[in-house]
Amino acid sequence: MPMIHFEGRDYFCAEDETILESMTRHGVLIPSSCQSGACQTCMIRALQGTPSAESQKGLKATLKAQNYFLACVCKPVEDMSIGLSKVSPQFTTTVVKKELLNESVVRICLQKPSGFKYMAGQFINVQRAYDELTRSYSLASIPADDVLELHIKRIPDGKMSNWIFDELKVDDEVSFFGPAGDCFYVSGQAEHPLLLIGTGTGLAPLYGILRDVLAQEHQGTIHLFHASLTAEGLYLEQELRELAAKHAHLNYVPCVMHGDVPEGGQQGNIADIPARLIDSLSGYRVFLCGDPMIVNKLRQMSFLSGASMQDIYSDPFVFSE
Amino acid sequence: MSSVYEQLGGEAAINAAVEVFYRKVLGDHYVNRFFEGVDMEKQAGKQKGFLTMVTGGPNNYTGKDMREGHKHLVKMGLNDAHFDHILCHLRSTLAELGVSQDLIDTVISVAESTRADVLDR
Repeated sequence: MPMIHFEGRDYFCAEDETILESMTRHGVLIPSSCQSGACQTCMIRALQGTPSAESQKGLKATLKAQNYFLACVCKPVEDMSIGLSKVSPQFTTTVVKKELLNESVVRICLQKPSGFKYMAGQFINVQRAYDELTRSYSLASIPADDVLELHIKRIPDGKMSNWIFDELKVDDEVSFFGPAGDCFYVSGQAEHPLLLIGTGTGLAPLYGILRDVLAQEHQGTIHLFHASLTAEGLYLEQELRELAAKHAHLNYVPCVMHGDVPEGGQQGNIADIPARLIDSLSGYRVFLCGDPMIVNKLRQMSFLSGASMQDIYSDPFVFSE
Repeated sequence: MSSVYEQLGGEAAINAAVEVFYRKVLGDHYVNRFFEGVDMEKQAGKQKGFLTMVTGGPNNYTGKDMREGHKHLVKMGLNDAHFDHILCHLRSTLAELGVSQDLIDTVISVAESTRADVLDR
């Protein structure tokens, strides 16, 4: 009979019993609703052991890849350790590069510590040593790079971003936890088209995902929309134009709400722009990153334009002081 | 006799139905205000649970769940007319997926049986 390890204790799972039933019997109340593998309320993660195929039906590819499963339909065949998140080791590294990408966005490159593994598009939690102030930043690099690249926007009164802009220097030590996040590319269905939309520094994870997708030789058309209030807020324009020139199936579209429109770009509300160039999103895999309000709008737009819910990946950023 | 759920093709068929159904609901301005600000994925999960239930698939929903889950919407003004819109979207979703009229009627009658709980009467 398998044992289930959860939050420091072991629970016995009887024959033909699901993990949810076993936990409930032991007084551990995991939130659940339909108890039939449909509503996904009881989704939890296997930290050790393999969840049954049945218990991963209907989950997104990125969640399956991280061993999430539905406790209500999982009858374990081996000992498992389950939980909501892994405890991340703390990594310490040094700043190897710091440069402005535009007036309010700085690129920080950290030496990638050995043993640190991630998927392009995930994020890390950077911690300031002297007061343990912690903020999440998306990785713009890909695992093959020697560095971890971050794009950091200066937030008015932002404690971490202003410190990074004004005080952090090359060779300084930085520590972080991670990685986390489920907005990344899982290989497969290489001929399907991709839609990537980012606002502001929402470009960071997309820049990583884009380079990852190209490295994995994705065949389908790739649309990248980078949106900002004005052209001054865009960045990495040159690099992205060069990538698009090199890859015929990559379409880069800089978008602005107001003012001058860059060459090949679009003006207007980012939620309305993709429909001007793409008739239907049926069959598309969609990645959305940046401002939470806009990301939510874009999720709905993508779904209503035909993208399947399971193919919409998003990372809404929360900006705090 | 096998359930409508099995006759439709089980879990995979319900997955496809949820997408069609939820698009119709979100596109309907008469009812979509009830879905504003909710997490689309969680909502789709609930709808999958609902469709599984009304088609007679495996479920453990109770009238109490339906009542508790919709109370805040009743406070926002959810009434019979909104419920009718949802039934109508359910009917046209099933028709679009090629479900026969008698099976649609069966599903609708199950959905209809939740009306009092959903509207908290």
